[in-house]
Amino acid sequence: MSLRIFVPRDTSALACGADAVAEKIRSVARDQCVDVTIVRNGSRGLCWLEPLVEVDMGEGRYGFGPIHVSDVAGLFEIGFARAAAHPKALGLIDEIPWLKRQHRQCFLRNGITDPLSLEDYRALGGWRGLENALQMAPTSIVQQVTESGLRGRGGAAFPCGIKWQTVLDQAAEQKYIVCNADEGDSGTFSDRMIIEGDPFRLIEGMLIAAIAVGANKGYVYLRSEYPLAQRVFDEALRRARNAGWLGRNIQNTRYDFDIELRIGAGAYICGEETSLLESLEGRRGQVRFKPPLPAIKGLFGQPTVINNVITLASVPDIFVHGAEWYRDMGMGRSRGTLPIQLAGNIQRGGLIELAFGVSLRELLYDFGGGSASGRPIRAVQVGGPLGAYLPASQFDTPIDYESFAAIDAMLGHGGIVVFDDTVDMAEQARFSMEFCAIESCGKCTPCRIGSTRGVEVIDRIRSGVEADANKELLKSLCDTMLHGSLCALGGLTPLPVLSALKYFPEDFKAVSQAVL
Amino acid sequence: MKPGRAGAGTSLGAAVLDSAEHAKVIAAIASFDSRQDQLLPILHGIQDALGFVPPNSIPLIASALNLSRAEVHGVISFYHHFRSAAPGQHVLKLCRAEACQAMGARAIESHVRSRLGIGFNETSADGTVTLEAVYCLGNCACAPSAMLDDHVHGRLSIEVIDRLIDGCREAG
Repeated sequence: MSLRIFVPRDTSALACGADAVAEKIRSVARDQCVDVTIVRNGSRGLCWLEPLVEVDMGEGRYGFGPIHVSDVAGLFEIGFARAAAHPKALGLIDEIPWLKRQHRQCFLRNGITDPLSLEDYRALGGWRGLENALQMAPTSIVQQVTESGLRGRGGAAFPCGIKWQTVLDQAAEQKYIVCNADEGDSGTFSDRMIIEGDPFRLIEGMLIAAIAVGANKGYVYLRSEYPLAQRVFDEALRRARNAGWLGRNIQNTRYDFDIELRIGAGAYICGEETSLLESLEGRRGQVRFKPPLPAIKGLFGQPTVINNVITLASVPDIFVHGAEWYRDMGMGRSRGTLPIQLAGNIQRGGLIELAFGVSLRELLYDFGGGSASGRPIRAVQVGGPLGAYLPASQFDTPIDYESFAAIDAMLGHGGIVVFDDTVDMAEQARFSMEFCAIESCGKCTPCRIGSTRGVEVIDRIRSGVEADANKELLKSLCDTMLHGSLCALGGLTPLPVLSALKYFPEDFKAVSQAVL
Repeated sequence: MKPGRAGAGTSLGAAVLDSAEHAKVIAAIASFDSRQDQLLPILHGIQDALGFVPPNSIPLIASALNLSRAEVHGVISFYHHFRSAAPGQHVLKLCRAEACQAMGARAIESHVRSRLGIGFNETSADGTVTLEAVYCLGNCACAPSAMLDDHVHGRLSIEVIDRLIDGCREAG
């Protein structure tokens, strides 16, 4: 009876040495004539424990982590027995509180299955959503998504059903489904984890979107910074096609749909939907004016559903469990679950999927265990580089789109970056402007010029050059960028800058020239 | 490509493509349909084969897609991923984004620049390492991160990055 050992093939696990661990397990097993089957699963998202090695002991999966190559021999010595007092034994994976307290829906299969196994996918509920949707009229499919309350998980949080309805209503021969996998925000990796850990889920979500609105072609626009995700998804597409889930007459129905994987080229702005469309069309990623909305005139001028990975990956479950099931989770107008990503200077970082409503404090301390450095957490940036920096006084804010907007912050794609008290918030504010300048598409003046001027103004403040006047100038500049920019890059860069000024004014005193 | 010199941007005086380079460029172009929307896949094909997009491939691409050379140049220069000069033997991309900053990326960046004696988009004098900046590798809970030739490395420290650089120099 072959011992099944799971070693994740996921970018974070690999970054911590998982491939070397898998290879060592293989070679020790061979040397000791132990019959093992190594399964390269997706990551469970308990990133501080990667590489997290699991063993199937018949009555459940037991975990060990973080495992290094030097730990492998010792694991074989104890026969992977869970009861052994191995210093890195974690017990039953399902019982780990950090995991058990989550509401894993979108990430249900992550870490459990072999991401590329169609059998595993089917066995854990895969394709059931699509099969249910195939029995429904397009208007009913869209209605169910609308009733679920699903909002775009990329950051704008626009009601998904309204977007799909708009595309369905267009009379056009050619429509497209575009998946925005340009997950450029620092502190975010949920899109990557789904593509690497449960790629068929994304394919299934895109299929449901396609039959809902009448599209026969889809694109996934994936960052060039995610090479493993590219390899995994390429293979997933190939297997899905071979099994009749993509191509002509899907599963012997009248529907045709295929997906083309396209790779970005290092431009953060291509995460903005219209810039992404420009890039797909072979142009510089410049932002388009809206209207027209992509739902009406999108890719190649055709009606296009463009949604984030998590939005699409959340769809199949709505067609397995129903709209009310999804809508019943959450708070306020934030319905369903959010895969939150806890990152930066945090002891226990990773993927935390919960219904909306948990507080930032609970995430930072109960899940996260406080900072990795052991020093006090001083500032937390939620929502990526365009999100506000929040001090401890705001840690009771619940994870909810409107609660964050109410404090001039942004929930965005759900990434949380933690900083301890060694952070220099004026330096962070400067980086916000610097990043905007580097990534600006250049089309509108407030962003293109304002970001460069913003760096200069902050440098003057930090040098003590007319600090008060320059602080006022900085606020005025932020006002211009906020109200005058064509898109959220220029428009929201002021959020982190103004939050730094508001909550951490002491950091904007003059520093010596040597530091600058 | 001269070591220690900035490699970004196209140069009118760039060398003509040699026959091997020319063949790879033509092959990359031929792998895709001749439509403008195929431009990024074509550029990726060329850079994957050669390590960069030679400025003298621009007229070939423009001609195949019926675009102006300026348009093609405009796309190449817009996207940070594409480089216009051959890199060194290894490409080391350091993440400069917030989650990595929170875990000490700035100190690692400083150390690497000083050890290699170069800035971003430059190659070390011995030709072994080209340094580039990247903004997020999606490894944010295991920061700081870097990518060395397509492999992501996390939980970096000065010791770890030094070992990675030593490895580049030994391997050559």
